[in-house]
Amino acid sequence: MADTEHKVKEPLFHIAKRSSIVWWKAWLIRLGAILLALIVSGLVSFLLTKENPLRIYAVMIDGAFGTKRRLWSLGQNIAMLLCVSVAVAPAFKMKFWNIGAEGQVLAGGLASAACMILLGDSLPNPVLLLIMIVASIGAGALWGVIPAIFKARWNTNETLFTLMMNYIAIQLVSFFVYKFSVPKGSGQVGIINRTSHAGWLPVYFDMEYLLNIVVVLMITFVVYVYLNQTKHGYEISVVGESENTARYVGISVKKVIIRTMLVSGAICGMAGLLLVAGTDHTISRDTASGRGFTAIMVAWMAKFNPFFMILTSFLIVFLEKGATEISTEFGLNESFSEIITGIILFFIIGCEFFIQYSVKFRKKEVA
Amino acid sequence: MWAEFIRRAIMQGIPLLFGSTGEIVTEKSGNLNLGIPGVMYVGGIGGVIGAFLYEQNATTLNPFLAVFIPFMCAVICSLIMGLIYCFLTVSLRANQNVTGLALTTFGVGIGNFFGGSLVKLAGSDVPSINLTATSSYFRASLPFADDLGWFGQIFLSHSFLAYLAIAIALLASFMLTKTRVGLNLRAVGENPATADAAGIRVELYKYVATCIGSVIAGLGGLYYVMDYANGVWSNDGFGDRGWLAIALVIFAMWRPRLSILGSILFGGLYIVHNYIPNLDVSGQELFKMLPYVVTIFFLVMTSIGNKRNAQPPASLGLPYFREER
Repeated sequence: MADTEHKVKEPLFHIAKRSSIVWWKAWLIRLGAILLALIVSGLVSFLLTKENPLRIYAVMIDGAFGTKRRLWSLGQNIAMLLCVSVAVAPAFKMKFWNIGAEGQVLAGGLASAACMILLGDSLPNPVLLLIMIVASIGAGALWGVIPAIFKARWNTNETLFTLMMNYIAIQLVSFFVYKFSVPKGSGQVGIINRTSHAGWLPVYFDMEYLLNIVVVLMITFVVYVYLNQTKHGYEISVVGESENTARYVGISVKKVIIRTMLVSGAICGMAGLLLVAGTDHTISRDTASGRGFTAIMVAWMAKFNPFFMILTSFLIVFLEKGATEISTEFGLNESFSEIITGIILFFIIGCEFFIQYSVKFRKKEVA
Repeated sequence: MWAEFIRRAIMQGIPLLFGSTGEIVTEKSGNLNLGIPGVMYVGGIGGVIGAFLYEQNATTLNPFLAVFIPFMCAVICSLIMGLIYCFLTVSLRANQNVTGLALTTFGVGIGNFFGGSLVKLAGSDVPSINLTATSSYFRASLPFADDLGWFGQIFLSHSFLAYLAIAIALLASFMLTKTRVGLNLRAVGENPATADAAGIRVELYKYVATCIGSVIAGLGGLYYVMDYANGVWSNDGFGDRGWLAIALVIFAMWRPRLSILGSILFGGLYIVHNYIPNLDVSGQELFKMLPYVVTIFFLVMTSIGNKRNAQPPASLGLPYFREER
């Protein structure tokens, strides 16, 4: 080996962390990812339906915005998803992986349904509504705080604890659905207080879901202020960044964990109330219908900013509605929407990498 | 009756065993794959698609191909799911929890979609997917099992996938504790920076472990649809078994050998409500809580006891970037 000159093999590309990125560049990358995802999902739809891709998009848009009824349903669904997303945000900002929102929503929903069924005939409506609000918020908060207490005291893994709490809530709902079922033993509660409307949230201006939407927007605003302008919000950020720093500056990490999960669970309970008393007027295992899980992704995509969550939950609900319309229009199974949602999520999750890192390709060899 | 109960508990437990063994192998590399429920759905539907197309296109079924084609389809489909997860979390450094949940949404969607639309998409005229023929090959068991009374019923009456599940669990246990590859893998899961410094290829280990884990978990879906459900796919039929498999990982304290016993116990808890006399429907629903309550109880006990050998891999759920050490 006479050749002493070392030849260093340079890789095709290398990755460098960006120190900062202009905000519009970040959003351009996100927009690009969404567009790419829409193209891929259009392609998938095309392969499955053999329809003109443009027509597929038209069907999607029609499914979401087509009629006044659909528009309201879109708004209602966005509001409910937004509510749960806003609820999980404080805990996630603290790096507390609460995947139990599904159970917390169900606990709240079950509490309000139970009030409607048991107290519906005996109390005047305003009193009943007040009791329902307290009960559902309390139930959601309880469901959220149990794992938090164990996390704070014994560092019990919260991801798995909250996950298990979901199924306990689901089985509890199943149990009570059989207990309350009308007619007995049918396994369905049916519309509660169909004639008396006791415990139903009031309808203003003939617009069925208006109250839900307004309440959720208010919650969104309050949570934004709570996270960004209050001492509690600041403590949450510090605990999320570094528990050691938090301890050093004298923040009681245990207290923050328990308090934040109380807040998170309470808002989830509120979402349960809105679903049961303001939307479905019944209760079943599917009342939360996976929102607890979807909300995590919505909140994460919005970087835990409640206002961005309006955008991200709109995106997800639009896709769900649109894909559902495609599946009915072309006679496909309705789970099609979950596939499309999954594809979009993969792209959005993946694109964050290109916001945080820049990929530099090997320069052409210069002699 | 007892023998029958144990036999059924084992049948319920096998999908959980596949799922939890797969998740243990995955978690040992430091990846918390919450997409396992989706992977198991995809494994199941992959097998169904393979078997359906083979049954539709073959005039007579060759027993070997009838098992081999669905098996390979399940393996390939769940491998793709594992690759998606790895590409996003290892190469693109995405958050593991969010990626896992998205993978579950996607996988369950794929399962239910093809389960509901396969007949239409394949342009076939059968009313529904019914793979009893293929299933009978999968369910073939030892012919003399019935002659051996309770012993045969409990231990010998199962199909080859059930024994494969136990074999894989034992093999995984051996690999993790007794081989260099297993030691390296555990090092990656405990402290990737140290492993990297020792010359272990962290990204490669994470990829391979997660993909193998996905394939093992996907076989659980295949077992469920081909053995347990007699080759009849029903949407959402697989239910929450995927999550239960993840719970079982904690119960087994990240040891595949323990998850063999754990899965049978969980399988028993899953169906015990059928064996309690005079139980009404609402009471049954309460009994179905048992596996989850037991998991929480166990989770709490291990965290209070804080035993060193019952803890998750130290870097579980955390991403590893060499530049950010």
